[in-house]
Amino acid sequence: MCAALSLLALGLIAGFLLWEGGSVFEATSPGGLLGGRWWFPTSDPPSFGLLPMIVGSALVTCGALALAVPLGIGVALFVAEVAPARLRDPCKVVVEILAGIPSVVYGFFGLLVLIPWLQRTLGLPTGQTALAASMILGTMALPTVASIAEDAVTAVPSSWREASLALGATRWQTVLGVVLSAARPGILAAVLLGLGRAVGETMAVLMVSGNSPVFPPSFLRPVRTLTATLALEMAEVVVGSPHYHALFAAGGVLFLFTLTLNLAGELVGRRVRREG
Amino acid sequence: MVREGIAPVLNRKQDRPASEPIIEIKGLSFFYGRERVLQDVNIPIFPHRVTAVMGPSGCGKSTFLRVLNRLYELVPGARAQGEVLFRGRNILEEKVDVVELRRRIGMVFQRPNPFPKSIYDNVAYGPRIHGVRRRELNEIVERALRRAALWDEVKGRLKKSALELSGGQQQRLCIARALAVEPEVLLMDEPCSSLDPMSAARIEELIAELADGLTVVVVTHNLQQAARVSRYAGVFLAGGELAEFGLTRQVFSSPRDPRVRDYLAGRFG
Repeated sequence: MCAALSLLALGLIAGFLLWEGGSVFEATSPGGLLGGRWWFPTSDPPSFGLLPMIVGSALVTCGALALAVPLGIGVALFVAEVAPARLRDPCKVVVEILAGIPSVVYGFFGLLVLIPWLQRTLGLPTGQTALAASMILGTMALPTVASIAEDAVTAVPSSWREASLALGATRWQTVLGVVLSAARPGILAAVLLGLGRAVGETMAVLMVSGNSPVFPPSFLRPVRTLTATLALEMAEVVVGSPHYHALFAAGGVLFLFTLTLNLAGELVGRRVRREG
Repeated sequence: MVREGIAPVLNRKQDRPASEPIIEIKGLSFFYGRERVLQDVNIPIFPHRVTAVMGPSGCGKSTFLRVLNRLYELVPGARAQGEVLFRGRNILEEKVDVVELRRRIGMVFQRPNPFPKSIYDNVAYGPRIHGVRRRELNEIVERALRRAALWDEVKGRLKKSALELSGGQQQRLCIARALAVEPEVLLMDEPCSSLDPMSAARIEELIAELADGLTVVVVTHNLQQAARVSRYAGVFLAGGELAEFGLTRQVFSSPRDPRVRDYLAGRFG
């Protein structure tokens, strides 16, 4: 019943996005939509190239993961393997609090503290960059990655640790050689959920990324993500116009992005489990 | 392996006469917090012999085994007192290198616990962490699997997951994994208790063969098994007291302690 309802909701959303977004092809071609480098939805003639935003999203997400994955796994290993028992619970609470902070607060902090600091330190014309967005998003995805990875590490049976130690392995060799590899499926799940959090996040990114819809030449320039585009332009768009349909198309691309991620994650997770 | 090298098994046998113990436990007491688990235990472990440690459940016999490779240290609040002399050196001393100690005194656990890796990687794990070079690995893995009487069953599928093996095969794999680092002593904590009778019989045969190459200490609550596989035997009683120790034959035929007589007659435990 619940499954049927979720499936129905998924089908309706997907159908609606495709239907409304598909109409954009009256104004541009699929190649022009996905490969076009210019986003001028309201000029005459308009141009609906999503590529800068797709690249922007990818850049910011990859940057966020580059921060959140190593740190998250590190935190998980520290809490589960290294920290003395009395430090374990306080650490977990701190991670959970971090996960509970609203994204607008992260964005606010980024805008007022991180961005001026980046601007000064790196000598940039503006601190609102892909780098800033990556750092804020990475911090936001960190607790997700850390807490799920920690569950995965804790779930590794202690008999494997004992076996490794009894062979003369050091604690560190045991963690790297046995615990991490046994926890791999769970850690992969943690990475994918962190990825989902980073791709879909809107508010904080909107506040720190600069939002210029041009092809980002580097991490140190302003970028705009797909999510930010939707949030910024939905209020001003004329219902039924090509611009309106183009925004739906952007939503559709975002949707396909996350759908692919989830499916890929599911498949990889399954293969890892089977190989044991 | 590293450092001491892979001393050929046969030479080792001549190194020391069988009469001189390879491990001597002297006045060993053990505590979990305030609770006393072993009291004043004295046992010699003779090289190239199987020594069985018996006793009712909860008598501290598994703890005793975990003192010999210092694995007890994983439990917070655990404390050992007395002396455990391994080749004359007290391994309970703080400065003893436990990594080296555990390479030389291997362990097989009650439940088979192969890593979630391939059969090959399970056996190669130990040699790898001790720095054995890649081209020597194949030979070491094969030799260890042969000694554990598993080679013929797995030689065609070394890359398959170890978790696909049956329980008895998994336990033999764990034995091979322990043998791959060429330990001098092998500690076995009720190695057959979670296996079916056929698999248990194979492991028993294996234990007898292993004693050619190394020293075995096996903990068991199965009296027949102890009688079949061991040369020396000790009996722990509740409270961690070693009530009897000697040649297995004598322990079974003429135990001195009346409580041990009752235990061996199956009146408790």
